[in-house]
This record gives sequence, structure tokens and C-alpha cells, in this order.
Amino acid sequence: MADIQPRPLPTPTPETAHFWEGTRNGVLRLQRCLDCGHIYFPPRPFCPACGSKRVEVFTASGRGTLLSYVINHRRHPSFDGPYCIALVKLEEGPTMMSNIVECEQTPEALVLDMPLTVVFERQNNDIFVPLFRPAEQST
Amino acid sequence: MTGVAIVGAAETTELGRIPDVSQLQLHADAALNAFADTGLTAKDIDGVATAGSTPVELVHYLGITPRWVDATSVGGCSFMIHVRHAVAAIQTGQAETILITHGESGRSQIGRGARGAGTAGLAQQFESPYGAMGPTTMFTIPVLRYMKEYGLTHEQLATVCVVQREWAGRNPRASYRDPITVDDVFASRMIAYPFHLLECCLVTDGGGALILTRAERANDFPQKPVHILGTGESAESPMVSQMQDLCSSRAFRVAGSEAMRDAGIGHDDVDHLMVYDAFAHLPIYGLEDLGFCEKGEAAGFIADGNTRPGGKLPLNTNGGGLSYMHSGMYGMYALQESVRQMRGTAPAQVPGAEVSVCLGVGGMFAASGCIVMGTEAAA
Ligand SMILES: [Zn+2]
Repeated sequence: MADIQPRPLPTPTPETAHFWEGTRNGVLRLQRCLDCGHIYFPPRPFCPACGSKRVEVFTASGRGTLLSYVINHRRHPSFDGPYCIALVKLEEGPTMMSNIVECEQTPEALVLDMPLTVVFERQNNDIFVPLFRPAEQST
Repeated sequence: MTGVAIVGAAETTELGRIPDVSQLQLHADAALNAFADTGLTAKDIDGVATAGSTPVELVHYLGITPRWVDATSVGGCSFMIHVRHAVAAIQTGQAETILITHGESGRSQIGRGARGAGTAGLAQQFESPYGAMGPTTMFTIPVLRYMKEYGLTHEQLATVCVVQREWAGRNPRASYRDPITVDDVFASRMIAYPFHLLECCLVTDGGGALILTRAERANDFPQKPVHILGTGESAESPMVSQMQDLCSSRAFRVAGSEAMRDAGIGHDDVDHLMVYDAFAHLPIYGLEDLGFCEKGEAAGFIADGNTRPGGKLPLNTNGGGLSYMHSGMYGMYALQESVRQMRGTAPAQVPGAEVSVCLGVGGMFAASGCIVMGTEAAA
């Protein structure tokens, strides 16, 4: 454990700064087109569905489901042992890559379509990475 | 019909582990072998396309004075796309004789520039933090969803590798030739669940080159010409997490359907198929996205023996990236095998094969190129 390195950290750009500002403040932000209603990720200042620049940033629910994953067995300097790299289908529609935490990293524990909730892991003062854990069973 | 033919084709003298040759020299070795295949020299080439190196580096190193260059670099299918672009250039008179090269010191890493795209790209911001580390964790990530949606089993996935090893056993230049079983696949080291080592491509050194010109000139060369019947290309996303459908590649569908339409052929016309197999699920996606199988049926099609030696649709007859070789950008080797099959010179020759479809992928389902070749210029 002692030799685990920090994760490869993102360098936000002007177009993605709102997303990383959101995670720093404990919220997951998506964007929505004010003309066609399309909700999208990753961030950009225009709608990829219709091209409109009339878009807004909003706070997503942070809920999603496990769409697909692999469990990586090759060594990565930032992870201790086999770890799940997941695709999470957000309740609002977009898909994002993440890790599943507070869960055994096994095919038995990682069941497709299981409900997930976002958590934020502090990397440094600027970067908090959105991760997902199994959701509580109650709705 | 495009009116353009492949008149020269060659791989590097060696394939596999080549620690004493730089990446640039692998390009050149393949090019020189292709020159020998045609009787041409660098002075006869007026167009150059390459990926992994630059056309600038190549023309300088080989002594070519080009009037046409193409540096399209979208991963392992770049060479299919070079063929497509070369066809257009030759048709419009922008170039007469085009050289396409590939060389990659994938295993030995000799003279290979550093990879890496900083930390501000979309993939670096939204995939790298989660421990995504190259193709083994990214190309593979859609397949569990496919398994759930279409009932693909672990045994069927492993069977893809078993069948391709059968083909490799017939190719003296294949890296791995000994027969394997599904149990051998399961017993190999887990790389990224559900993928075992034998379900992942090799990492080797090598290269290849093609020379294209107008079909009317094709009979001036010593080798039997291979006609380009149709071509297609497309791209989707640099992030596998942003695929529109984890069970199908949009780039495959667009490139494949355009190439088939351009060639004016139907699926029954195809005698031989190459689908870039970086991992065991790629042939399954390729068979379905090209329309050879209904959605969810390709794994059964393979398990039933249709793509094996003697089957009705021979697939990846060199052994593929899983067993023949895979330098990193494998597309050139798939093209070389299609050429050999159309020339009638493949070690595992498909008897009477007249039409070959060759589908490439770039990145992790990021891009695609598709080439249809034939023994005759199509009507
Ligand atoms: Zn819109």
C-alpha cells in the first residue's frame, strides 16, 4: 500500500472547469441544451446534438447504474491490486467512466445494472474525482 | 469499381522480436521489399502515406519526391484509410503511384517516439484518472454489456481465439502456432476480467508496405494485381466510454456499409474476411456490424465453425492479431493477408477466393477503415 502513487490527475480546460469546480464542491455537473433539451457529457460550450450554444450547466442527481466494466489485473501505480474500471450510466442519460468503491472488486459483487451513487475523492486542493459506490437499497 | 489496384505488397523481412532495427527502418524495410515486389524504385513513387512515422520522414529517408502526402493517423486502421485516400488521389490524377508504409517497434521500442497526450485532453481528464491504461482496459470494457444483452458466453469468447489459432498453425510466420483449447484460454493469466491473456493481441515488431497505381497499368508489374473494389472510413470518439452503443461500433457500420456499397457487392459475394482483432470480441462486433450476422449471432456463427479452415466464411486467415502478429497498429497486416489471398499466395489459401473484405479499427472503437479487394476489376 505504501508505494501507491496519486492517480493521473486531470488538467481542467476553460470548457471543463465548471465540472471540476463542481466535484470540488461535492456536486456532479452536467450540461443541458436549452433548445433541444439534450443532456450531455463530457463538457463543451455547445450542444453536440443540435449545435446550439444556448446551453446550461446543472447539478445532476449523482445516481446511476453499472453499465459495463473490466477488472484490471495488470499493475497500475495508483491502484492496489485488481480494480474495477466502470462505465456508469447516469440517471440523466450520459455515460461516464469511473471506479466503483466500497464494493469488492469481483464479478460476483459487481453486478451489471446495480444502482450507484456518486462520491467524491479528494486528490489535492483543486481536484476531487467522482467515484461511485453501491446505492442504499431503499429508494 | 475504383480503377485502382495494389501492385506491390510486402511485410518486413522479419516479424516478431526485432531488437536490432529501429521503427523508421522497419518502415523502410517494408517499403524496399514492396519495391522489390514491383520492380519499382523510390524514383517511381509520387505519393506517400503513413502513420506512426510521418510522410516527411519517410520521403526523406527513402529518397522520394512526392506530389501527394497523407499523414492520416487514427490508429491501427490508418492504413485502410490511406488506401481509400490513395484511390481518390489516383482517380483524380493527384498521384500516379502511391506507397503506403507501416513500421512499428511495438515490442522492442527501438527508435519509437514517446506516446502520451498530456493531461488536458478529454480522455486524459475523464478516463485516465480511473486507471484506464491502454487497450487492455479500454478496448475491453464494452464486452460485459454485450454479454448481458446478447448472451455471449465466456466459452464463446475464448472460442474466437481457438479458431484463429487454427489458422495461425497454417502460417509459418505466425508468432504462435500451437493449437489451443478453450481451457487453455481460461488457464491463461487474467489481464482485465473477462479477458485472459490469450484473448488479447500480441505485442510484436514488424511492418508492411503497399504500392497502388491505376488498374490499367497493373499488368505491367510482375505480381498478379489486386483490384480495389470499394472503400469506406469513419470515426466516432476518442473515448470508449462515449460510444453510442457498447454492443456495436458506429465507425464499423459506416465504414463497412460504404465499402460494400462502393464495391457493389452483397454478403454472399465475399469469399474471405479480415476483421482487425486486437481482442477476442472484435471479430464478433465486426461480423455483426458488417452485416454478415444478425445482432447477437456472430459468436454462435464462429463456434459453429463457419470461420474455421474449410468454413463458409474464412476469417482472419493469417491467425490475426491474436496469433499472427500485432505491432500496435495491426491494420497493415490484415491488408497484407487480403492481398495474399487475392493473389492466391497465402500460406492458408482459401481455394478460389475472389473477393476479400478487410475491416480495420483505430483506437478503442474510435475509428475504422474498410477495404474490399478482388481478383478482377468488378463489373
Ligand atoms: Zn441541442
